[in-house]
Amino acid sequence: MTPPPTPPPSPLPAGDELVLRTLTPAVLAVLVRRGADFAAAEDAVQDALVEAVRAWPKDPPRDPKAWLITVAWRKFLDAARSEAARRRREELVEEQPEAGPAPGVDDTLQLYFLCAHPSLTPSSAVALTLRAVGGLTTRQIAAAYLVPEATMAQRISRAKKTVSGIRFDRPGDVATVLRVLYLVFNEGYSGDIDLAAEAIRLTRQLAAAVDHPEVAGLLALMLLHHARRAGRTSADGAIVPLAEQDRSLWDTTMIAEGVGILQAALARDELGEFQAQAAIAALHADAPTADETDWVQIVEWYDELTRLTDSPVVRLNRAVAVGEADGPRAGLAALAALDDTGLPRYAAVSAYLHERDGDTATAARLYAEAARKATHLAERDHLTRQAARLNARLKEGS
Amino acid sequence: MAKYLLLKHYRGAPAAVNDVPMEEWTPEEISAHMQYMRDFANRLVKTGEFVGEEALTPEGTFVRYDGEGRPPVTDGPFAETKDLIAGWMIIDVDTYERALELAAELSAAPGAGGRPIHEWLELRPFLGKSLLITE
Repeated sequence: MTPPPTPPPSPLPAGDELVLRTLTPAVLAVLVRRGADFAAAEDAVQDALVEAVRAWPKDPPRDPKAWLITVAWRKFLDAARSEAARRRREELVEEQPEAGPAPGVDDTLQLYFLCAHPSLTPSSAVALTLRAVGGLTTRQIAAAYLVPEATMAQRISRAKKTVSGIRFDRPGDVATVLRVLYLVFNEGYSGDIDLAAEAIRLTRQLAAAVDHPEVAGLLALMLLHHARRAGRTSADGAIVPLAEQDRSLWDTTMIAEGVGILQAALARDELGEFQAQAAIAALHADAPTADETDWVQIVEWYDELTRLTDSPVVRLNRAVAVGEADGPRAGLAALAALDDTGLPRYAAVSAYLHERDGDTATAARLYAEAARKATHLAERDHLTRQAARLNARLKEGS
Repeated sequence: MAKYLLLKHYRGAPAAVNDVPMEEWTPEEISAHMQYMRDFANRLVKTGEFVGEEALTPEGTFVRYDGEGRPPVTDGPFAETKDLIAGWMIIDVDTYERALELAAELSAAPGAGGRPIHEWLELRPFLGKSLLITE
């Protein structure tokens, strides 16, 4: 038997490590501002983080940020010098540049834009954001996405090359950043990195840097979903449907925070996709029992969402809500109007509505079909169990 | 971001275009083929899309539980088994189209006469592990 792999040494308490990671974007921004190119600066900051983990437990700095900036800048100069020696152009890096103005929230914002740049593929943007903005190591990101560390290192290195020519001071599109953060959030957690919690932290940081109702909307959406996480799966990892969840497991403090953020965003009257999704999540979180869910209002929000995005997935979810608000027949009619049976989860929704309508045989058949089409393991197991439950009922009845 | 399994078959896939058994190739053609496979995997590491690969021996054994305290029952190999896996590679890519493109590239590995084999590879998506927002 081979012994289990020992975790990398991390003598820093978890709180300190988070402090470290929180400082990452500001430190990186200082280096870029001083004239370091983004890729080299990012490497230097990672080296400084590694050194902090080693040095801080014995010798904690009075000003962690200043310490990181000093060490990262030294790492950058060391690397640049050896590079320069190789290329015989020391004079370029020997000059000590001006420190420049103190980095502000704008620098952090620029980093988000750069890491979510449209020239990057989604997986590259995610990886680069987690490293350069989130301060995670390549090893941690690789473990979270279940790929070898060498693969993730190359993915990040290519991403940095892709954005290296892009000017740091040009404003980007907040929507691209939000899409990246949403992707990270949806990845949930695997291994020891909680990507959902990390996505919330990064979105919170973004919300502090930019005043934008959709950033607030996404933050609210994440909080409202995350608050219900403990109730969403059973101890063995099986999906617990919303109606059957133990609502006492929901985090009411987090729900209250999400609702507060959402209300402030909605008050600005610039509705967007994430605010509308958060509104639906808030209506679920707000119901003391499943029976008390305000489905009529949820359908209205789905109408808003359809107007904003007109995505078939939204209309599919709307059919479920219509089924709850106006009865399963109405839901099935909404589903029939969709005219796109190839959608993921179409069969699952149809099965659910048919069961509510009392057509057990059709529902059992559709649940089995939905299980075959499922793209996620827990979802497939859940749908298989639903089909089995109905098949058992059919056998009893016959 | 989705993981796909590329399956190479000894048996069970439709016939390749350049369908000559490897033992009838020249040694140089075999070397060229192996080099192509190595280069392909190395390229995927560099693009950040490589997860893993292994080759399998052509012969295996069927095994099953035979009750408490009894040794496992083995059987086979069965010459008539339709499906025989030769090896696999796992990739992590942004789109299904990219997975198709890479599978096609792998299928173009050179065989007899140095010409592409045009071998059929089976592309299978992995079931995701994370829970997406579904409510």
